[in-house]
Amino acid sequence: MEAALGLMRRIHPKHSETALSALLSLLPEHSSDLLSQVDQPLQVLCDIDTGKEFILCESPWSNKYHPPLEDGPTPSSELRKLEIEANDIFAIYRDQYYEGGISSVYMWEDDNEGFVGCFLIKKDGSKLAHGRRGYLEEGAWEAIHVIEVGPEEEGMAHYCLTSTVMLSLTTNEESAGTFTLSGSIRRQMSMDLSVAEGHLCNMGKMIEEMEGKMRNSLDQVYFGKTKEMVCTLRPPAELVQMRLPDK
Amino acid sequence: MADEETELSEKQKKEIAKWFLLNSPSGEIQYVAKDVRSVLKDDNAYNLAASEAFPIYNKTHMICLEMPGRLGDVLITSFAELDENEYLDPRTAQVAMVNHIKQICTEVRPASDEELPSAYIEEFRCALDAEVLKYVSEAYPKGVCSVYCTSGKDVEGPGSDFELVVVISATRLSPQNFCNGSWRSTWHIEFKDELQVVEVRGKMQVVAHYFEEGNVQLDANHECSDSTIFQSPDDIAMTIANIICHHETEYLTTLQESYSNLPDNTFKDLRRKLPVTRTLFPWQNTMQFSLTRDITKELGIGK
Repeated sequence: MEAALGLMRRIHPKHSETALSALLSLLPEHSSDLLSQVDQPLQVLCDIDTGKEFILCESPWSNKYHPPLEDGPTPSSELRKLEIEANDIFAIYRDQYYEGGISSVYMWEDDNEGFVGCFLIKKDGSKLAHGRRGYLEEGAWEAIHVIEVGPEEEGMAHYCLTSTVMLSLTTNEESAGTFTLSGSIRRQMSMDLSVAEGHLCNMGKMIEEMEGKMRNSLDQVYFGKTKEMVCTLRPPAELVQMRLPDK
Repeated sequence: MADEETELSEKQKKEIAKWFLLNSPSGEIQYVAKDVRSVLKDDNAYNLAASEAFPIYNKTHMICLEMPGRLGDVLITSFAELDENEYLDPRTAQVAMVNHIKQICTEVRPASDEELPSAYIEEFRCALDAEVLKYVSEAYPKGVCSVYCTSGKDVEGPGSDFELVVVISATRLSPQNFCNGSWRSTWHIEFKDELQVVEVRGKMQVVAHYFEEGNVQLDANHECSDSTIFQSPDDIAMTIANIICHHETEYLTTLQESYSNLPDNTFKDLRRKLPVTRTLFPWQNTMQFSLTRDITKELGIGK
C-alpha cells in the first residue's frame, strides 16, 4: 500500500487515472484503501429533470454515498433541507470565486450521530470555457471538500475537513512554447465551533479558508519550487547575457 | 469494482510495470522501480519490464553516466547508440558499455575508425564541441553536452551535406528536498553544402517535480529554428554556439515570464484570490440568499 501511494506521488498528475486503475488491478485486496486515499477527477452529469449540471462524486465515496445508487443512503428530511440550502449558497460562493464552474454538495448521516458534507467544485478555466481572461489553452481546477461534523454537544460541534485540489494549466504561445503546471495536494483541518450561526456558516468559513490557503500554497510554494528548480538548472546569469553577440 | 477478480497474466503485469517505469519523472526511475517491484509481486514480470523500459527511459531522459578511468561522462542518447548497451562518447572517442538497469557504465573501449566520423567532419564536430562545452560550463552549473554526427559522417571533404547534433542535458536531483528537475535541449545542425547555409533546429524541454505533501509537475517545451552561412569549422562553431546560447537564454526569459504571469493572470482564470466582491464570502448572512430563494419559489419563478 505504501509503495502504491509512493507511485501516485511520483507519476504525472495527468496520468493519475491510468495509474490508479493499474494499481487497482494489481492490488484488488487494497481497492477500498486506494479509492479512499487517491482522488480521481470529478465527473459532471446533467440532471434530466431540471436540466442542471451536477458533479458526480466517484472517490472515495462512490460505493456508499453516490446518489444514483438505489440502495444509497438518502439524508433525513432535515439534512436534506440543509443539503438543498448548501447547494444554493455554495453555488453563489463558487460564482464569486470562480466566475463560472459547477458545484455540488452532498450530505449524509454517519454512524457517529453526526453527518458528513461533501462539497465539490469543478472549473474549466480554458479560454474556450469559463476562462474570463482567455490566458489558458487548457485549465482545470477541481476541489473536493469532505467535512465530518460531529454530534452537537453544549452548543458546540467538532468539524473535520479534508480538502483536495487537483489542477492543471497550460499556456501555449508560439514565442514561448507550451508551459504546463499540474498537480494535486490534500490538506486537513479540524475545529470545534459554536453552532449558533448554523452548520452551513461554519462549514462554509472553513472551506473558504482552506481553499484560500491551498491556492496560495500552490501558487507560492509548489509552483515556486518548480521555478526555483528551473533557475537552479540554468541560472539566469548576467554573465551569459554579456557574452551574447550582436545578434 | 473488485467483485470479479481475475488474476492478471504475466504479460499484463509486465505492461503495467513498464508503463510506470517509462512514466517516471526525471531522475526518479529507481524509486519508481522499487515501488513497482513491490506492488507487482512478480519478479519475472518486473525483470522483463525493466529490461524493456530502462533503455528507453535512459535515452529519452538523456541520462549522464560516469565512465571508468577518469574519462569523464558519457551521455546516453539515441544519437550515441551503437548497440543497445554501447554508447559512443565522441569527445574521448570511447565507447561506453552500459548497464541500463543499474544506470552505470561498466567499461569502455576505444571506438573503431568505422564508428568515428571522417577527419573532415571531425574538424567541424570537434570545433563545435569545444565552443558548446565552453557555453554549457558557463550557463549550466551541472550541464553535460555532446556533439554527434548523425548523417554524412564519412564525407571526406567539401561537396556533400552532413548533419551534427548538439545535446545538452542538465539534471538536478534533490530528493531530500522533494524536488527533481531536468533541462534537455537537442540542436540539429544541417550543413547544406550546395546552398552554403547551415540550418539550426532546436528543441528544449524542461521538467520539474515537487512532491512534498503533494505532487506538482512542470512540463515546458519549445522549438525554434535559425540559420547562418557556411563558414570555416572554427567560425561556424562559434556562430552556432552563439545561436544556441541566444535561443536558450531567450527561452529561459519566457519561462520566467510565464511564472510571473501566474498569480494575477493565468491562475486567476482558475480561481480568484478574493471573490468578485473583494471581500470574504458573507457566510453569516446567507439568510438573505435563502430568503431570495424562498421568495422566488413562492412566486413560482426561477427554474
